[in-house]
Amino acid sequence: MATVQQKVLALNGDEAIALAAKQSDVDVVAAYPITPQTIIVEKFSEYVADGEVDTEFVCTESEHSALSACLAASATGARTFTASASAGLALMHEILYVTSGCRVPVVMAIANRALSAPINIHCDHSDSMVERDCGWIQLYVENSQEAYDSIIQAFRIAEHPDLLLPVMVCLDAFFLSHTLENVAVLPDEVVRKFVGNRQIPLVTGHEGKKAPFKLDPDNPLTMGPLDLYDYYFEHKRQQEEAIRRSPQIIRQIHDEYTKLTGRKYGNGLVDTYRLEDAEIAAVCVGSAAGTTKTVVDELRAEGVKAGLLRLRSFRPLPVADIRKALENVKAVAVMDRSNSFGGHGGAVFHEVRHSLYDAKSHPHVVNYIYGLGGRDMPQSIIRDIYGDLQEILRTKQVKEYVQFAGVRE
Amino acid sequence: MSKQKGWKELPIAGVCWKPATDYPTGDWRTFKPVRDPEKCTKCLLCPLICPDSSIKWNKTTEDIEFDYDFCKGCGICANECPANAIEMVREEG
Repeated sequence: MATVQQKVLALNGDEAIALAAKQSDVDVVAAYPITPQTIIVEKFSEYVADGEVDTEFVCTESEHSALSACLAASATGARTFTASASAGLALMHEILYVTSGCRVPVVMAIANRALSAPINIHCDHSDSMVERDCGWIQLYVENSQEAYDSIIQAFRIAEHPDLLLPVMVCLDAFFLSHTLENVAVLPDEVVRKFVGNRQIPLVTGHEGKKAPFKLDPDNPLTMGPLDLYDYYFEHKRQQEEAIRRSPQIIRQIHDEYTKLTGRKYGNGLVDTYRLEDAEIAAVCVGSAAGTTKTVVDELRAEGVKAGLLRLRSFRPLPVADIRKALENVKAVAVMDRSNSFGGHGGAVFHEVRHSLYDAKSHPHVVNYIYGLGGRDMPQSIIRDIYGDLQEILRTKQVKEYVQFAGVRE
Repeated sequence: MSKQKGWKELPIAGVCWKPATDYPTGDWRTFKPVRDPEKCTKCLLCPLICPDSSIKWNKTTEDIEFDYDFCKGCGICANECPANAIEMVREEG
């Protein structure tokens, strides 16, 4: 299926992402270089220092400033990339909204890490799940190969003239970011051709004439100015419309990339594993899907009809795909690597269960909060979760809707 | 103001589709600067210091003009005028 000769390199997730950004011909990278930053920008800064890229690298004094610099650079029409995690992403919170509100297509890698306190920089999804409402597209990857592939696709998605939405590519810290894996990489020129030059659409400017949608002294524009109760709502509605257009475009770019590389991640929005005739299923995002697939295989060998649904895209939420994937499943365990304190389960649970409310079939849907602060999620725990689902199937009763998997009592 | 546009018609990202001069802001004013032509020496300090560029030198009439569409009545001109030729007068109504 693959049409392009690819080279297999031993890369960790961070290096794979840095390489993808390098090959995508990024104009500006602005980043804060200290913890919780990962190797992504460190590796990229080596490309800059070694003269392998002509990217403008801006080392800022905080993540708030890093994303502000990216926002401004992207607003001038530059292809812009950054990376962050944990407290760094939290410090960007304000500018995340400004970036999506200004409709500038920044691409950011998030090495998903826990939030303090107590202090912890290991993997969980608390940092990005809390940002799910900020107007960015969020893709969660299963492995470093997908991290590499998704960054390349992310520039196409973000810069698509019908979208102009910033994109987060989220990868599990340490499990992916710091772990060596075989990653098939494309030749530079193939990536460059796939990503192409950034297209700048036209917009009506203050003289009432069409001008390129970028900050340019020759065609002055004002982006994101004071916008009160008489217009703010309309601009937010436009943002919603843009992200509603995105599922089709994410799929289309994913399919185009599949033709080039032979690699596919479900339909680009959701990735299903042995779900066709499944009676019980887990739903998750991120690297836990890999371990879960192994458990599904074992259970299948024992005659248990188990399956897995991995959400690759969390924003946009692929509601129709979730309903379709789970339409014949009778009991579903949603796995959340973050908690919404006092909120009856985690973010993925909320969204999946909510999506199923209007579905034709109503499976039992339960939630497992797992792996906080980098706690391992071994096969044994995942087996126990599927065991609980079998019990629900047998008794047709749910004892507890939200449970904590892998915490000591 | 003209009919307000809906979300399908507006440029994205809050991009301004009209110049700022289409929005007169002079109605924010409580006190209005009034110049006494007898006292004014036309030193042209006030056009320089006006933060809203609302005091202009009219080349034709060779005189100072206030642009009351945008003057917000901050009173800096009255405060700084070396000839005390500007008085801040409360707006009627």
